[in-house]
Amino acid sequence: MRANIFWQEFKMQLRSVITWSLSMAALIFVFVSLFSSFAKDAALLNEMMANFPEALLTAFGLNNVNLATLLGYFGFLFLFVQICLAIQAATYGFGLVSIEEREWTADFLLTKPVSRTQILTSKLLAALSSLLITDAVVWISSFVFITMFKGDSTYEPRALLLLLLSIVVFQLFFLAVGLVISLLVKRIRSVTPYAMGLGFGMYVLSVFGDMLGESVLELITPFKHFNPNYIVQNEAWDTPLVLISVVVIVISLVGSYVLYTRRNIPAVV
Amino acid sequence: MSVIEANHLTKYYGKARGIVDVSFQVNEGEIFGFIGPNGAGKSTTIRLFLSLIYPTSGSATIFGKDCIKYGPQLRQDIGYLPSDVFYYERMKVIDLLKYSASFYDRDCTQRMRELADTMELDLNRRIEDLSYGNKKKVGIVQGLLHQPKLLFLDEPTAGLDPLMQRKFFHLIQEENARGVTVFFSSHILGEVQRMCSRVGIIKEGRMIEIADIKTLQQNNYKKVLVEADALDAAHFNIPGVTNLEHSNGSVRFFYKGDINALMRTIGSVTVSNVTIEEPTLEEIFMHYYE
Repeated sequence: MRANIFWQEFKMQLRSVITWSLSMAALIFVFVSLFSSFAKDAALLNEMMANFPEALLTAFGLNNVNLATLLGYFGFLFLFVQICLAIQAATYGFGLVSIEEREWTADFLLTKPVSRTQILTSKLLAALSSLLITDAVVWISSFVFITMFKGDSTYEPRALLLLLLSIVVFQLFFLAVGLVISLLVKRIRSVTPYAMGLGFGMYVLSVFGDMLGESVLELITPFKHFNPNYIVQNEAWDTPLVLISVVVIVISLVGSYVLYTRRNIPAVV
Repeated sequence: MSVIEANHLTKYYGKARGIVDVSFQVNEGEIFGFIGPNGAGKSTTIRLFLSLIYPTSGSATIFGKDCIKYGPQLRQDIGYLPSDVFYYERMKVIDLLKYSASFYDRDCTQRMRELADTMELDLNRRIEDLSYGNKKKVGIVQGLLHQPKLLFLDEPTAGLDPLMQRKFFHLIQEENARGVTVFFSSHILGEVQRMCSRVGIIKEGRMIEIADIKTLQQNNYKKVLVEADALDAAHFNIPGVTNLEHSNGSVRFFYKGDINALMRTIGSVTVSNVTIEEPTLEEIFMHYYE
């Protein structure tokens, strides 16, 4: 870890961190503020939903969800926060070393007296700090807005806490997988399509998994490993699935170090 | 003592050739010219020494140490100026230079200011607003600010105006006078001839010649021009003469061999003028590539 690289990275990410954090806080504000008006008609809504075809409900992740309870409602909408978190983390993962190669600044950094392991560690820690800042904003805004708008409703704090804490591992998954993919390909021309692909792709996989009842797909996607409905209903993480995420993270990180320390840095042609 | 050493260094990019079996040494305090056309493997060689890429086979050492294993430590004393310079566009020049300086275990502030003054570099501009030539100046300052003992220059003058080129060469000669070893890659042979004592010529990934520039010139063809009335070109067709040309009372040819034999041949006719020149590096170089 080198402090100068860490701060350089952190400064370069700061604008993006602020944008993502504020957007997610705004998203949570909009969702939660609508709850009180929503709760009034929730009984009606639940009745209506019971008449919807099963497949449609599954597609929107509304199966077995009780929108009349605060956490049932919050858990359902938290999926959209998760999609944002996934895309943000994947963007940082894909860009961590590939941006320097695309903009040819890798030559500058790698001819300095630092090892590649030090470079990667510093960059990873900077990205991790950026993600933790976003996570903290999500935590704080969730608590504050829920307290502001919950009205007479009550909720189980343990369930909310577990849901909110899960996003750290959730983001790490996309950071690590994005990073290792970026090191497996020769060159990434633009980070955004990759990050959107990974983020949405995993979400779509989880939806398909629900619709097809395929438990194999559950194994792959963190949207299943950290399914908000499951956490809210069981007041617990789905431990075996979470462990899959952790294993993928560890393998991706180890793989990234191995690949990066052996990588041939492309020259301007 | 040799400062850098390549031992059968080979690099393939997949199936594409980078360099093949390149071996050479550069001695302390020397300015070593490394010449060849684009795509011959000059940058590949330099990037191998800097561990930006890893060899397919063979090895390279700097200051006697393996340049992969001891890379981070060795790079404390290495300066690098690439042919194309790219820096973090959103940074100010001064911030980039400070960032660069923060990697070294010595104070670089004073030297940085001196260099920026010499190169007339405006420190408060953003990198993205700089012209190519000015970015190149940033490159020169960041490559030299930590007072390296070894410099890798990869076609360093591209993009610099003639005035700045002169300042740059002066700077390099000053560094060299302080004992800095310079590895100078270029395809502009005039500047190599001016700066370097020894050159290596690389062709299609292989080192085809390593020699002193003087030796290269002396052991090579001499260019001879003889002017006289009524000359018979055939008179000069002695062993060692090639490219014999005859026009308007003058004869031109290349000669390689015993200089006395040539003098006797010229002496046997009445001439009005004779010039015998050593070939320029460019002509020698072209000869290797014919």
